[in-house]
This record gives sequence, structure tokens and C-alpha cells, in this order.
Amino acid sequence: MKPLHELTIAEIQLLLQQKQFSSREITGHFLDRIAQQNSIYNCYISVDNDGALSAADAADKAIAAGANGPLLGVPFAHKDIFCTQGIKTTCGSKMLDNFIPPYDATVVAKMKADGAVMLGKTNMDEFAMGSSNETSYFGPVKNPWDIETVPGGSSGGSAAAVAARLAPAATGTDTGGSIRQPAALCGITGLKPTYGRVSRYGMIAFASSLDQAGPMTRTAEDAAILLNSMSGFDAKDSTCTDIAVPDYTATLNQPIKGLKIGIPKEYFDERLDATMATTVQAALAELEKLGAILVDIELPNSALSVPAYYVIAPAEASSNLSRFDGVRYGYRCDNPKDLEDLYTRTRTEGFGEEVKRRILVGAYALSAGYYDAYYRKAQQVRRLIKQDFVSAFEKVDIIAGPTSPSPAFKFGEKGDDPVAMYLEDIYTIAVNLAGLPAMSLPAGTMNNMPVGLQLVGNYFAEQQLLNTAHQFQTVTDWHQQSPVTE
Amino acid sequence: MTITPEQIAITAGLAKLKIDGDEAIEVAKRIGAILELVDQMQAVDTSNVEPMANSLDAVQRLRVDKAIKPENPIDVRDTLQQIAPATEDGLYLVPKVID
Repeated sequence: MKPLHELTIAEIQLLLQQKQFSSREITGHFLDRIAQQNSIYNCYISVDNDGALSAADAADKAIAAGANGPLLGVPFAHKDIFCTQGIKTTCGSKMLDNFIPPYDATVVAKMKADGAVMLGKTNMDEFAMGSSNETSYFGPVKNPWDIETVPGGSSGGSAAAVAARLAPAATGTDTGGSIRQPAALCGITGLKPTYGRVSRYGMIAFASSLDQAGPMTRTAEDAAILLNSMSGFDAKDSTCTDIAVPDYTATLNQPIKGLKIGIPKEYFDERLDATMATTVQAALAELEKLGAILVDIELPNSALSVPAYYVIAPAEASSNLSRFDGVRYGYRCDNPKDLEDLYTRTRTEGFGEEVKRRILVGAYALSAGYYDAYYRKAQQVRRLIKQDFVSAFEKVDIIAGPTSPSPAFKFGEKGDDPVAMYLEDIYTIAVNLAGLPAMSLPAGTMNNMPVGLQLVGNYFAEQQLLNTAHQFQTVTDWHQQSPVTE
Repeated sequence: MTITPEQIAITAGLAKLKIDGDEAIEVAKRIGAILELVDQMQAVDTSNVEPMANSLDAVQRLRVDKAIKPENPIDVRDTLQQIAPATEDGLYLVPKVID
């Protein structure tokens, strides 16, 4: 048998049922690895040793009594953006360094109900604002493929934990690429579902019209297993969609012969690094060998997605983050002299630089005299971007391209130029604006660092995405490559 | 579109953040670069385009205006106030507003 930390969720579940090992054994194995190696990668902000072992014992008892379930007794990690009752939830910020939520997020409650065993909470860019994990109050996460490079962000802790085999799987959230880009940079599989597929209740809000939670796993099959658990209608999230959840694992093995894959010319123009282009094209050729048909398409407004996003996301963030005022929970400044001082000093001391920058951009874009030129304009551009995708999906089933413009870059490489960092998400942002589902799959390497292939699906077509991804993974082994030597 | 350090200080004040002096000059430079990026939107004609706030064009889902009991009733006030920086007699404490 492979070492326990090399097993996928599907394998763990099978072996637990066969009593090859107990949930306590595999959970303990991961907790030991975290204790030994987290100081190298800084993937976890909190580790819940006692909670994990007692959940594992409960799962073992249930299995002994004949219970079965795809996540029963399976260890995993939550991004530290999901509220976990009784367990510190920081969102990567000093503002919430002391925050112990009195309730579980819906995603947390659902996975708990399915018997999954949470190992701990993973590091992330502060309030999910970043593409390199460098904005975390708890220090940056290191990419397990090369610890001199970033893991991507904002779900960098989750991606690095899965890549370093410090968790078999993790949850993430994606507002502009925060699941897909770190998945690409760390060589794992990540899925951002359709907006409204997964409840946002208890997931600390960044930009409410864009935020969506999803699985970060080694394989598409594992992503399907996690998505089965995470998805579904929730009355506590007014934007959650009441559409039945299919069994995402049921269609993984369907052939993809005849599948039409659109290749947007805007994603392969002169701005894309030549080696990156060749690597992604080689991955597309694999899909062609499986019978898919590549079709040239256009997404003419895609260049406007980053500009529109950097109005809409900060505007929503400036509103969402106004709740952090030092009164009801979270950080409060010392010795405030009056109420104004309490608010202002709490927020000035509690938020990091990038978060303050985005609050300012958002407040400015929403202020009198600028609303039409910025916010209304961005919402109009957002519709044009959506229409590009709607037209494209009249001709094709799936759209494919690179996930990120380059593989993992060195710490500090983007300097303190926010715009350079924002362009890291040039291929992922439009998907959030349109609300579509998309995945990133390990699809090759460049300078020995992983490269991600992005697949974008039509609304609620996660089944088709996962099916395509799984078929790709039956003929390639990029997803099986590991940076881990021990 | 450029933004002045004075505008930064005012906007920061509206957002209950304190950014002034040299910091405002530095922040104005960075935010100026972001606004320059954002201004690329102005090149496209959107005069007949309906703004889109929700990607599914969904409208707010409403429920019947009737009190509901939580599944697991807890003493909500006590539970929520346990994590507050300062409370007294079930109230949140803040510095005195009126002398």
C-alpha cells in the first residue's frame, strides 16, 4: 500500500471500509505530519488535534456499526474563512485573531454531518485579498514545489497543504481566482462551482456577488466527492440556488468523444508566455486524443474583466468589511478616547495594507460623483463579459485555457505594485464576474513548477467539467506528481 | 484618473481608516495606478447595457414574514456577547458618546 498521505479521498474511503486502517490512524498520521512540517510551509493557522481525533473515533465507531459514506472518517482541512464553532477563525487577519465563532458555516456543518474529520484551518491572504498569500497576517505560505516561491492565493494554505500531503483535500473560496490560481501553482485540482451552488452562510464575505466555495483536491474524482457534500440549497443564504444536486461522481467515466472545447483567442495572444502556451496546448492535445473537438472562439471583452473586477470587488468589500468596528467581536484598539477613535483606530490597526487599499478603492468608487463612472459602468461591463460567455456556450460545451499567466513566482517578485499582482488573475476573474463554474487541473510543468489547465463550464455544468477533468486524468499523470519526498 | 493625497485622506475618513501625511502620498500613488487600470473600462460603449448585479440575474428570495424558532435554541444574546470585547448587563459597551 502507498504511504497513508499519498492516498486520495476515494482510496481512503475504500480502505477505511475494508478496515485496512482506522480513521484514528490516518488522522493521527496527518496530525503528525502537520506537527513535523507545518513550520516549513506555514499552511495551517490552527490545528485541531483533539477535535480531529475525537471526530475520527466517532467515525470509527460508526464504521464498526456498519455505516458507510464517501467522507466518513476522511481527514481534510478548511480554509480559515469558514466559521467553525468553537475553533478560531481568522480570515488571515489581525482583525479576527481572537474570533471564535459561535456557529458553523453551512459548508462546515454539511461536511461534519457527512463524518469528515477536520484537521485544522488553513492560511490565506487577509480577507481573501491576494494572489500570493503574502498578505496573510500569519505570514506567507510556502509553495511545496519550491519554498522560495509563492503558493498563489488567496487559498494558498489549502493548496499547499494538499500538495505537501498535509491533508488529502481542503476547502477553498474563489472570488477572482482564489481556488484555481493556487491550485495551478501548487499542482493540484481545484473547482469553483457556479455562483449559488454552494451556500455562503458562515463564509466570511469579501465580495458577495462573486464569492463561491469549492473543493481543492488531488484528483477530479475527489473534487466530485467533496462537491457532493458541500453543495445544495440553504435557506440561510439568500443567493443560494434551489436546484437539485446531482451525484457528481456518477458521470465521471462517461466518454468525452465529440465534446466541443472552445479555445478563446484572447487567452492565447502575444501576452501569454510562449512556454506556457506550448504546455497548455499539449494538454489540449490530450483532450483531443480523447475525442474532444477544439473550436476557436472569441471572448472580446475579456480584457475588461480585471478593470471591472477591481471596481466591483472592492466596492462590495468596502461595504462588507464595514462590520468590523471593534464593538461586537474581533479586534478592538486599546484605550479608545471616544467612539470615533474606537472605530478608526480598531480598523486602522486591525486591517493590513492590501485590505485597506481595497476598502479605499471601493469607498471611492461608490462615493457621490463617481458612482456612475465606476460602479454602474463596471456592472454594465460585467454584463458584456457574461454575454461573451453566453454566446460562446451556444457553440461549445466547455472553454479551456491557461489558469494563470505564469507558474509560481518568487516572494516579493511583484514588489509592492498592486496592479502587477492583480494581473495574475487575468484568466480567472471573468469567470467570477459571469458566475460560471471552472476548474484548474495539473497539466504539465514549466521550469519544474506546475502549470494549470483551466476548464470553464456552462451554468450548473459541474458534472460535465468534472467528467472532462476525470477523463483527462485517466490519460495523464500530472495530478499524481508530488513535491513530497517524505 | 488621478487621486490626490487629500482625496485619499477624506475617503479614508469616510471608511473609518486613518491615512494621512506621507502615507497618503504613497497610497495615492498606488491607488492612482489601480484607477488607471480601472479606467480602461471607459473605452467601451455601454450606453444601452443594463447593469448586472447578480450573474444569474436572480432577485432577492423572500420568506413569509413570520417569526421562526431556531432548530437548536440557544441563548443567542449570551452566546454572541461572549465574544464581544466589552459588555455589561447584556449591552455592548463603547466609549461614552454624550457627556
